[in-house]
Amino acid sequence: MSIESFAQTLVFGLFVGSIYGIAAMGLALVFGVLKMLNIAHGELLMLGGYATFWAFRTFGMDPFVSLAISIPLLFAVGLILDRTIYHRIVRLLGEEKIKNSLLVSFGLTLVIQNLAIWLFTADERTVQVSYAGVGFNLLGVALPYTRLLSLVIALTATLALSYFLHRTYPGKAILGTAEDFEAAELAGINIHRVYMLTFALGASLASIAGTLVTVIYGISPSIGIIWTLKALIVIVLAGTGSILGAFPAGILLGVVEAVSGAFIGPTYREVIGLVIFVLVLILRPQGLFTRK
Amino acid sequence: MTRFLDIHGINASYGDAQALRDVSINVNEGEIVALIGPNGAGKTTLMRVIAGLHPPLSGTVKLGDTALHPLAAYQIVEEGVILVPEGRRLFGGLSVLDNLELGAYAPRARKSRFTMLKHVFELFPMLAERQHQHANTLSGGQQQMLAIGRALMGLPKLLMLDEPSLGLAPLIVENIFEIVKRMNDEGVTIFLVEQNARRALELANRAYILEQGRIAGKGTGKELLHNNDVREAYLGYAPATG
Repeated sequence: MSIESFAQTLVFGLFVGSIYGIAAMGLALVFGVLKMLNIAHGELLMLGGYATFWAFRTFGMDPFVSLAISIPLLFAVGLILDRTIYHRIVRLLGEEKIKNSLLVSFGLTLVIQNLAIWLFTADERTVQVSYAGVGFNLLGVALPYTRLLSLVIALTATLALSYFLHRTYPGKAILGTAEDFEAAELAGINIHRVYMLTFALGASLASIAGTLVTVIYGISPSIGIIWTLKALIVIVLAGTGSILGAFPAGILLGVVEAVSGAFIGPTYREVIGLVIFVLVLILRPQGLFTRK
Repeated sequence: MTRFLDIHGINASYGDAQALRDVSINVNEGEIVALIGPNGAGKTTLMRVIAGLHPPLSGTVKLGDTALHPLAAYQIVEEGVILVPEGRRLFGGLSVLDNLELGAYAPRARKSRFTMLKHVFELFPMLAERQHQHANTLSGGQQQMLAIGRALMGLPKLLMLDEPSLGLAPLIVENIFEIVKRMNDEGVTIFLVEQNARRALELANRAYILEQGRIAGKGTGKELLHNNDVREAYLGYAPATG
């Protein structure tokens, strides 16, 4: 394998990994703060993707521009899901909470998926922008614009989330609630508002990932579960409780998959990802990017 | 003195086990009131009930004319009743400064957070020096000071302290008690749960004894310090003979 094609493999791994990262970050945020696993995260991603697709199909809106619609839309969906469903589960304690969150969000997965089939049909949809396939060469490595833009957006979203969590009052309240919800209540924080905001932010992040998935791969009602599983692998790699660590962990998974796909064969790409997943669970169960 | 915190007929349980039985306590404005008793007597449960973390089965908690028991924990903070919980419960991964800022999250406190921050840094200069450190890098005594500082940021009218001396060296315990006294001098009413019964009774104007979920005695700090039963059970004296 030439240096160029190896570099190309790495770069494509980076592109794919940044989508893994952004898909996982929303799940990690909800898991880290609400302490429940939202299996329907992939379905929120799928809905975000459809928002992008329909904005493109109906108004000819550029998919990256349509983030201005899909992010607030999924934020609103997140608020509604929290108020109607998830706020009942988040009050439960311990095992009961985890069990119920799994059951309810799995049920929601089926509901959203079937709703999407009914509304949008089961066809796979793609967005063909005018600059699709166009890009430039850097030292023999192809850099398509859609992929570059996706990387930039994923990176920007990560940095924006980091700024929000560490530099603003509501962001710090989210981190405090994630660490110790009772201590947060004793500090005067209305934790149920924190949970609502966090869930809506998680849904917004899912919508960003959905947009990138739609541009790069295309979308259908059934893609949700694939992305939920991918995101799960990433948050275990990052370490449960590490929110921003999901981004580097996603990139790591993307690069490992791309490299093993190139060297061992594309059929084994996913297998290698799972092998890494198991190795991390055995050797470093606290995850790769957890702070002490 | 006006009646300030009025706890009446509180019953509370953890699952099937009843933790508090018909507990009534009142704390007057400006007082230091201590609650002593053995492990498992329900002291922490009572604090959690007042703070809104543990809903009671029955009974009322009032601050002045405001009923606290129907309120959520964050609303009770907004009323000025603030608990420094057992074990301190800091946000360990956040900086000292972030911990203090979050202490002033309630709208009433947020307005004056900069003046309060100055005041807390005066009380605990160590916190100013370490404001950018993660809270979990502080020593036990420093963490307790941060926990008290965080509570002060919420502008307490009534400050509740649950076992502030637990696990701390005697010199630091002394320091903590001095600070508690000083805050009381500045007008903050104090309700204190303490294992260190002698120190608590020396500091307090009045005290209650909680045993197996019931109020088993009450009196001024001095009275209880010289009460034979109390001396025997909590202050480590051998029963008087002869």
